[in-house]
Amino acid sequence: MAVTGGVSLRATLVSRAATSAEATAADVRALESNVLTTTVDRMASWARKNSLWPAQFGLACCAIEMIAVAQSRFDIARFGSEAFRASPRQADLMIVSGRVSQKMAPVLQHIYEQMLDPKWVIAMGDCASCGGVFNNYALVQGVDKLVPVDVYVAGCPPRPEALLYGLLKLQELIANPSARRRS
Amino acid sequence: MSELTRETLVLNMGPQHPATHGVLRVLLELEGEAIVGAEPVIGYLHTGFEKEMETRTYHQNIVFPPRIEYLATFIEEQAYVLAVEKLLGISAPPRATMIRLILAELSRIASHLVYLGTGAMDLNVSSLLMYCFRDREEILDIFEMVSGQRMMHGYFRIGGLQWDVPTGFTERVRTFLKTFPSRLDEFETLLTDNLIWRERTEGVAVLSAEEALRYGCTGPLLRGSGVSYDVRKAFPYGGYDEFTFDVPVGVAGDAFDRYRVRMEEMRQSLRIVGQALDRLPEGPVLIDDRKVALPPRGELVRSMEAVIHQFKLVSEGIHPPAGEVYAAVESPRGEKGYYIVSDGSNRPWRVRVRSPSFNNLQALPVMLAHGSVADVVVAIASIDIVLGDVDR
Repeated sequence: MAVTGGVSLRATLVSRAATSAEATAADVRALESNVLTTTVDRMASWARKNSLWPAQFGLACCAIEMIAVAQSRFDIARFGSEAFRASPRQADLMIVSGRVSQKMAPVLQHIYEQMLDPKWVIAMGDCASCGGVFNNYALVQGVDKLVPVDVYVAGCPPRPEALLYGLLKLQELIANPSARRRS
Repeated sequence: MSELTRETLVLNMGPQHPATHGVLRVLLELEGEAIVGAEPVIGYLHTGFEKEMETRTYHQNIVFPPRIEYLATFIEEQAYVLAVEKLLGISAPPRATMIRLILAELSRIASHLVYLGTGAMDLNVSSLLMYCFRDREEILDIFEMVSGQRMMHGYFRIGGLQWDVPTGFTERVRTFLKTFPSRLDEFETLLTDNLIWRERTEGVAVLSAEEALRYGCTGPLLRGSGVSYDVRKAFPYGGYDEFTFDVPVGVAGDAFDRYRVRMEEMRQSLRIVGQALDRLPEGPVLIDDRKVALPPRGELVRSMEAVIHQFKLVSEGIHPPAGEVYAAVESPRGEKGYYIVSDGSNRPWRVRVRSPSFNNLQALPVMLAHGSVADVVVAIASIDIVLGDVDR
């Protein structure tokens, strides 16, 4: 497009300088507006955080709220995570939605190991986080005894908004791994 | 036939499977597409509820029932408080009974909606899940308005309710009663007249009335097989004998009949809620017995006696007389009963939960006999199991 005098939007976007000697200040501005400087890591985590694929893995009461999150009212698709996969091999996020019994523990670990790296875990609800009201022989007292947990969502069950908030926190964590609080 | 072709294949389905409605594992023995044997393996969600309930006081135990069967939360609370009230020989005030009944019937609708949505989802009718959850959200909004919680309410008390329903409750429920029948019609147009739905459910997962009775099945599973047994009619509780409603019954005992029964049950629940709203009495929602129910907040600043009662109830709880009691309600899955043994102390000596899902699930091998492997998901969905209820 020809630049016809005065100010043109196009003029700041495209440089027609053939060599560096010909470059004017406008050409440098054009270059800056067209090139994104980043690192591969940041680029990759930007892509990862905006399309987390959760494993379709429901355990107990919280699973019902997890289904509700995926439906029209709360709509997890707004955050790019609506693709619940039945196979753990296609997922990179495990939402542990509910209480984990001793019998389920090896299965849960197995599913986690089947997921491909990089992968993240959200402990949804009090039972998955710490055992909740059940301090007894049957339940694993917190899923972090089995797999590394990135985000804990409190509540019994957490509201769908709470799970979405947990997901956003996880996105922050993926974008900026140094924000992780060391225990 | 040679030995090679007669070989069967053992296929493991679950416990992580999108169509098992939780953490059920089924061991299938297949000969090609045909099912030779099916064995449900349960216990993946065993939480130790019954043991846990022995360690808490009667009031604290109200926490547990809704977590056992998390789809019909108010019905669970109702079952437990009715059992304790029977043990104590008391009954809730009429207004509390009626509110309990309204919430229980709304719970039934909410639960059947999850059945319908997920059951249809298993057969790839994915839009129905969205519609069902949209309407379920309306019910959950009513629950939240009443109790402050969407699912685990803890709203029922031994001897009544935690507090009265807020203003605008009846209007909200009436609006729901007005809008929901047309939604039900919409669902029926989507499914009842749908050729694929009928092909996949008619004559599939058949359970005869004799077999259903033999396995102790209750609820829509039993009624779908043609036996008219509903705890609300057979052993009326919580004021159900005052209402007119029908008990829908199927003929063939297949997955389609169970679907029809549940659809009709939702309509009947609407009928009951409508009648209950019309005759909702005024009055207190908690009995006046200070040995059972907490005194009202306002009394605590005026009366020393009320403070003492409050302290005793909170620190020790109630001491029911020694004895045993069984109270059953009709949950969306069948007869849900609490059997409580008291030794006179402030904690139950033993609590046994009669869970309908457990009995209903035992009929799965019978339903699947001579079926094809594609029918497994239909059968599991049509039983409408809640694994929390099966494993407890």
